[in-house]
Amino acid sequence: MDIKELNKIKEKYSDVLKKKRIMVCSGTGCTSSKSDVLLANLKKEVKAANKADILVEKTGCFGFCAKGPIVVIDPDEIFYEMVKPDDAADIVKSVIDKKPLERLLAKEQDKLVKKWHELNFYNKQKRIALKNCGTINPEKIEEYIAVDGYQALYKALNMSRDEVIEEISLSGLRGRGGAGFPTGKKWLFTKNSENKEKYVCCNADEGDPGAFMDRSILEGDPHSVIEAMAIAAYAVGAEQGYIYVRAEYPIAVERLTIAIKQAKEKGLLGKNIFGKGLNFELELRLGAGAFVCGEETALMNSIEGKRGEPRPRPPFPAVKGLFERPTLLNNVETYANVPKIILNGGKWYQSIGTKNSKGTKVFALGGNINNVGLVEVPMGTTLREIVYDIGGGVPGGKRFKAAQTGGPSGGCIPAKYLDTPIDYESLSEIGSMMGSGGLIVMDESKCMVNLAKFFLEFTVDESCGKCPPCRIGTKRMLEILTRITEGKGKEGDIEKLERLAENIKKASLCGLGQTAPNPVLSTIKYFRDEYEAHIKEKRCPAGECKALTQVHIDPEKCKQCGICAKNCPVGAIDGEVRKGPFKINQDKCIKCGICITKCPFKAISK
Amino acid sequence: MKHCEGCDGCKIDSKLETIAKKYKGVKGGIIGALHEVQDTYGYISTTAQKYLSKELDIPMSEIYGIITFYSRFSLKPKGKYNIQVCMGTACYVKGSEKVLNRFKEKLQIEEGQTTKDGKFSLEAVRCIGACGLAPAIVINKEVYGKMDVKKVDELVEEYSKK
Repeated sequence: MDIKELNKIKEKYSDVLKKKRIMVCSGTGCTSSKSDVLLANLKKEVKAANKADILVEKTGCFGFCAKGPIVVIDPDEIFYEMVKPDDAADIVKSVIDKKPLERLLAKEQDKLVKKWHELNFYNKQKRIALKNCGTINPEKIEEYIAVDGYQALYKALNMSRDEVIEEISLSGLRGRGGAGFPTGKKWLFTKNSENKEKYVCCNADEGDPGAFMDRSILEGDPHSVIEAMAIAAYAVGAEQGYIYVRAEYPIAVERLTIAIKQAKEKGLLGKNIFGKGLNFELELRLGAGAFVCGEETALMNSIEGKRGEPRPRPPFPAVKGLFERPTLLNNVETYANVPKIILNGGKWYQSIGTKNSKGTKVFALGGNINNVGLVEVPMGTTLREIVYDIGGGVPGGKRFKAAQTGGPSGGCIPAKYLDTPIDYESLSEIGSMMGSGGLIVMDESKCMVNLAKFFLEFTVDESCGKCPPCRIGTKRMLEILTRITEGKGKEGDIEKLERLAENIKKASLCGLGQTAPNPVLSTIKYFRDEYEAHIKEKRCPAGECKALTQVHIDPEKCKQCGICAKNCPVGAIDGEVRKGPFKINQDKCIKCGICITKCPFKAISK
Repeated sequence: MKHCEGCDGCKIDSKLETIAKKYKGVKGGIIGALHEVQDTYGYISTTAQKYLSKELDIPMSEIYGIITFYSRFSLKPKGKYNIQVCMGTACYVKGSEKVLNRFKEKLQIEEGQTTKDGKFSLEAVRCIGACGLAPAIVINKEVYGKMDVKKVDELVEEYSKK
């Protein structure tokens, strides 16, 4: 492949992209809601209508997962939400008639919205890493080439290695896996390590619960990561690359496999790429369900075919990494930014974001929020804008209590910090961290002590066991937290938790242990009163800790209809219809709360 | 003749041979090989471990160490339908614990166990990245989203009939 051939493909497929295309989201979320059946139905309908000029394509995640499955009609960008397989015939008809199908359009403030970029959800977003998700078919390399794919690689190969690294440094790009280390510096260190054999790796072991941006990038735009890795290989002087991806992501694995194969066929991976002397091979390696493998040194052990236990640092991977050779390791989202930076220049990227955090960040919005999904915003966007303007606020009229970022390594952000502009520094200042970008919103019904316990259970389970502070320390913390949520908390427990936390942070070998106490520390910092209520008053203010709550039926309000008893999954409600108020048998009750939601007269409460 | 525990009669079939051949000489290939064995047989038997140890020239102790380190590998056969309940934060906040408990009640097994008839096994797993569908579960490779107690009952019934 030379640049002429690349441009030829680009030209040909740019025209294809301008045609009438029905784009069906084929990310994990929409696929689980039967978008695969929908895709097949649409193809059938188009064939039946004998309209070869209408194309039906699968595409990557649009991000608006709450409204999936999503279908967009290009080039008009008409956005259909919650589409069912049976809607296929109507959609094809509407495309032929050139009349949007109103019943599938999104509604905002009682107004129908036609185009996806007009939705509030997309208004404040700036899609750089997610640019191609939703616009191209990720299983066709030609479509990636049509949107400037592999042009950045060609451009980079015509620059010196130092110039490439200089461009990345200038952009201000920092590691999107969570720690935020300057990417340019990492590349430079690896380049400067003298060794014939070097490696380039991609960390796609997205383990933080609540984060799915890497998954979506790999599913929607796998070639951007491959191209970036080839650029990195050239810059640091490597000939072999590995993508370490979770086995739990079968669609991502499939698309990556296809993408690597196509890139090889086109000569964009392999020997003497673009005739510029770069040799680069890329292999996939599958994770096997160990959270700690997201830590860079553990990940390398795992690629080497060992137990994924971390190694002490230094030596850093840039000096001695995979197979004891200098290794560059970046996260999926970091790589996804690279081709755009090379094409548009570091200066362009630098103009987006805040003083020390440049560019955009993808967040996975989840939990108690209306618009669950994937959003990409410039650094410095406030939490309020993300939660309310883009996320549509908290459902059910409930109050926002906290947002959790950074997964089991991060912390909770209470309502008073809603106006904090989000970047690496501001988040760590308020006791949380950027992490990989999971952003879980919690409403007032969530108990913060229980949440801290949830995260500790996670780390205790996932601690690899190599170093005692993490292995034993987190276990002791979990025991204390369990005690507190069961109503057996003692005076001094909070202080004990704090002391343990500080020691674990200082003494653990890797990032997992060093950050494991963060969810506990941040909840103590902002919700100490909740801890105290559990310990001193044996009360769970949020009503979530089962040992500390009882469900009651108000005899005054009970209309003796029996709906509660009918819906109780464990038969814990006694009484007969119209023969006196119903009663809950506290020994049987599992406090699931179903009766509370079912009672038409709001007679039941915790 | 007495076999050691988990041994299936020391039979090496052609599938196992193919897997070993594929990963022979691949740097760090053992994990890939174990993935394929796990996917093919539903677990990694002692026979398979011994065979891979010999073919890939890796001590048995190391292979055992790897299998027990990674939660995806299992030394015992799993049920025909492996139910994985996502316990990631997004699912947790939306009530995945209730979903898990309902499965336990319905199937009368705990996490990590298999029903006596070998039909179902139950696992609580880490985030499966389907947060948009929270709470989510996976049965074999099929993802089911927006789960609740009622849907659990329906799914158990549906799969029991299969």
